[in-house]
Amino acid sequence: MKSTTIPLHRNPKLRSFVVQASLLLLVAYALFSVYQTTVSNLEERGIKTSTSFFDEVAPFKVGYSPFLEFKLGETTYIEVFFIGVLNTLLVAVLGILAATVLGFFIGIMRTSQNWLASKCALFYVETFRNMPLLLQIMFWNFAIFLAFLPPPKQSIEMGVFFLNSRGLHTPVPFIENHLLSTIWFGVIFASFVGTFVFAKWSKKRFESTGKSLPVFLISLSSIITVSYITFVILGSPLGIDIPVLGKFNFKGGGQLPLPLFSLWFALTIYTSAFIAENVRAGISSISKGQVEAARSIGLTRTQMVKMIILPQALRVVIPPTISQYLNLTKNSSLAIAVGFEEVVAVWANISLNQTGQALIIIAMTIVFYECCSLFTSFILNIYNKRVQITER
Amino acid sequence: MADSTLKLKKLPDREPPENTIGWIAWIRDNLFSSATNTLTTLIFVYLFYLYIPPFIEWAIINANISGTDRSVCDTNKSGACWTFIKIRLEQLLFGLYFASNPEQTWRPIVAFSVFGMLIIPLVIDKTPHKKWLLIALLTLYPLLFICVVYGGVFGIPVSDTGQWGGLLLTFALSFVGIIVALPLGILLALGRRSEMPIVKMMSVTYIEFWRGTPLITILFMASVMLPLFFPSGVDFDKVVRAMIGITLFQSAYTAEAVRGGLQAIDKGQNEAAMALGMGYWRRTILIVLPQALKISIPSIVNTFIALFKDTSLVSIIGLLDLLKMAQNSSRSLDWNGYDIEGYLFAGFVFWIFCYGMSSYSQKLERKLDTDRRAE
Amino acid sequence: MKKITSLLTGVAFAGIAFANAAYATTLEEVQSRGELRCGVDGGVAGFSAPNDAGKMVGIDASVCDAVAAAVFGDASKVTYIPLTAAERFTALTAGEIDMVSRNTTHTLTRDATLGVNFTYYNFIDGQGFMVAKDAGLSSVKDLDGASICVQTGTTTELNMADYFRNGGMDFTPVGYSTSVQTREGLEGGACDALTSDASQLAAIRSETADPNAWTMLPEIISKEPLGPVVRQGDDQWMDIVAWTLYALINAEELGITSANVDAMKADSPNPSVGRIVGSEGETGANLGLSQDWAYNAIKQVGNYGEIYERTVEPLGIPRAGSVNDLWTRGGILYAPPVR
Repeated sequence: MKSTTIPLHRNPKLRSFVVQASLLLLVAYALFSVYQTTVSNLEERGIKTSTSFFDEVAPFKVGYSPFLEFKLGETTYIEVFFIGVLNTLLVAVLGILAATVLGFFIGIMRTSQNWLASKCALFYVETFRNMPLLLQIMFWNFAIFLAFLPPPKQSIEMGVFFLNSRGLHTPVPFIENHLLSTIWFGVIFASFVGTFVFAKWSKKRFESTGKSLPVFLISLSSIITVSYITFVILGSPLGIDIPVLGKFNFKGGGQLPLPLFSLWFALTIYTSAFIAENVRAGISSISKGQVEAARSIGLTRTQMVKMIILPQALRVVIPPTISQYLNLTKNSSLAIAVGFEEVVAVWANISLNQTGQALIIIAMTIVFYECCSLFTSFILNIYNKRVQITER
Repeated sequence: MADSTLKLKKLPDREPPENTIGWIAWIRDNLFSSATNTLTTLIFVYLFYLYIPPFIEWAIINANISGTDRSVCDTNKSGACWTFIKIRLEQLLFGLYFASNPEQTWRPIVAFSVFGMLIIPLVIDKTPHKKWLLIALLTLYPLLFICVVYGGVFGIPVSDTGQWGGLLLTFALSFVGIIVALPLGILLALGRRSEMPIVKMMSVTYIEFWRGTPLITILFMASVMLPLFFPSGVDFDKVVRAMIGITLFQSAYTAEAVRGGLQAIDKGQNEAAMALGMGYWRRTILIVLPQALKISIPSIVNTFIALFKDTSLVSIIGLLDLLKMAQNSSRSLDWNGYDIEGYLFAGFVFWIFCYGMSSYSQKLERKLDTDRRAE
Repeated sequence: MKKITSLLTGVAFAGIAFANAAYATTLEEVQSRGELRCGVDGGVAGFSAPNDAGKMVGIDASVCDAVAAAVFGDASKVTYIPLTAAERFTALTAGEIDMVSRNTTHTLTRDATLGVNFTYYNFIDGQGFMVAKDAGLSSVKDLDGASICVQTGTTTELNMADYFRNGGMDFTPVGYSTSVQTREGLEGGACDALTSDASQLAAIRSETADPNAWTMLPEIISKEPLGPVVRQGDDQWMDIVAWTLYALINAEELGITSANVDAMKADSPNPSVGRIVGSEGETGANLGLSQDWAYNAIKQVGNYGEIYERTVEPLGIPRAGSVNDLWTRGGILYAPPVR
């Protein structure tokens, strides 16, 4: 048996082992030497690194923290980190909601039969997709909103909403009576459960008899009616806090400060251009035959969109759109250019400047974003698995 | 069959019915085909009427372009102030150093022109010897760029990277990003598809790490932390540090683009090469990569567009790129208050490049698509 | 893969070898490089901002010029490196620049933990507030509940927080990363007041569309001694920077100006003057510089008074009798004698 005597250096297993081991050693060595250099640099330059500053009281004030109350002189650095994280998540959620709605709208407009509508959507997509987001954020904030919005005393009034150079002031509901509001929330929850059961039943009925009902309309209207009637019967358990003009600013109510408003606006417009493109690709990926087949078996337009086009288009649209959501979250870090207090601004910039703890602070910021990224891949994987199963 | 009586005579083609051709039909089909369609058209026409004429009036008809200082614009507020862009154009394009030393301005101009001369034939379909042009762009051009823009040879005075600014800096950052990230990205993509678990794990970790972090954090890291990682005395200036950060970041995205191409290559190609007794590197370099790279060009161009836009983030760490230049100029005492013009100009320049690249990549994608279908 | 990594380590080793070849002292390094690398802000009128010709001018930039003149005899051998507030100290400790002259406040934490040394002060400042004239505000005490624009990452932000906390007042900070943005914020109505060092407020006001619409509140809420900063661990270089600044102040006190310094050098009755202009003593050699180090600085950049008059005065910050005047005239500028 000659073949057993492969020369050692040609043995694939051995070679693979040697390559991997040496690579591992090299990377470990490189990381170690960077670590060592860093440690000796820190020492040499007299910079002290420790996490003891976490519990120190933050000597500055964070202006916007809707979830954790900021108390000057009590809030610590680590709480500042969490305020930043929550603010990032807030703008991400707001942006994702608005960009999805706008993106689908523009994407559908792009496939419209109307030439003007379709070309306008194209213009929208190509304009906003091809300019740096940072430029857009600054443009809206500095060149448009700050330059043209009036000061608080001459706010633009839209009912109980007030728009001025400090941002958008909104009314916020607050609980007047705990017991009654709990009952009210319970009723709303029950009506949701009811519509869910109703939807199941009507689907079954549709499958067995072919008779269909406008499920969505019925559910929506019944939820609204039920919740409104119980609200009146219970004697308005929630009050509404309407913002009132104070000496300098509006007091009470909720506020989207101008930086948040501009950031939200710009992120929505930028991301919606990408989502619109995904939606267009999704819709045009459906072959003509599908539409023709649906027509020939006599489906109405609504039925066709609901049962034939959407399920197939969404399969193409959703994965890249989820990646866009992650991009939006990462892009919210550009808030620093307009002064919104999200994690990069309050933590990787202000806190870093005040404490000088570059290593720890940057590392924590990166870990936060990596978590967002992992979470997104997790969701994507689940979705892909589900789609694969339905596809057989 | 009385075949002799039956004469087949070709009748002249009749014109299609009047109402199916020409602009009237087009308008009817595309704008007024149904009630909703008509309504949509009317709404859009009204919106155009509301916004487009005032914009054109502001941007073109009433605009100011003459003069050398703000007095012209201040007296005519109803139009845009392009005078400002005209006066500051050199700063916006080449940065403070090349703009304030007129005898040096030829250097970035030469660099940009040569780039244009190389890139324009490359995107035209019928150019011969494209491969050599591409190789020249990736190897000789960077050398030329260093000689002419950085200087230090042939008696050209050195202009440190710290003195670059405006579009030149934007260009330099993204060009370095793409050139250095490409080989790195290819290696990473190969690593990610490797059968060796450790190599694969390292590549995946690297790629996902950089892709999960926003560029701005990486730039902060480059500007604040990178100096800590190097021994004292090894000091790069801020532009070079930003380049390092951008390259590491970009290589992860390039890797993903290349991986898409690698995945599209039939397994049989690799196996056939293996059967011929080719080793890993020969297989990869001669068989797999040429095919994979061709497929991944559109995705690589797309990552490059994203990078080109993202270079504007360096303004946050204090570099004077095109965006920052436009901002600084419109905030200076001389032109304070004309920031809309500054932003529009910078946005327009970015837009031209990005739109050009994205149209090119879409065209390529369609072409590749038909190529592969034909197989 | 293996080849590439080994190549990379090779490069890394080359880097380390290069590092070992670095110079022993900052002065040697600067001299062999042929230029001074000086970190400035680059965007604050009166302190350091490019003029129409693209040259950096201002009281901070002048300190760089003076040090270059002292080291090389040529004030133009300076490369100004614009730095953000966040990176000024890292850039300095990493050796990217030789000194920072960027309206930097001397504080204990910075001095003790960042690996840098403060020399002397080229401008003594204090934090103030600027509001719209027609807002009818006469004191910082009236600002309870106001939105206040501030540049983030500065001591300004901390002083404001302390001040409002002490006074039991509420405020909303509106933070921007550059001082120009704070101005845009104030003008656009994002805040009711803008807080910064008084000198910067003056500069910012001069850049607003209508400077007369804004006014400064009377309170000064902090001490902000600003001055050049150098790396820790090179005492000779620290001496050079500090004494260049002292020499400029002493020159003003002794009446040496850029106009008369030649005459003074040729014939100076006063030995103190002689030691500064280099006709007496060995002051230059002690610092490791040439004999006419201070002469060059004064000749090419001017004495402290001339610099102030040229750079800060136009902002509308008068000097006479202020803290920035000489001790002989009621100020607190007091430089140790050159001898």
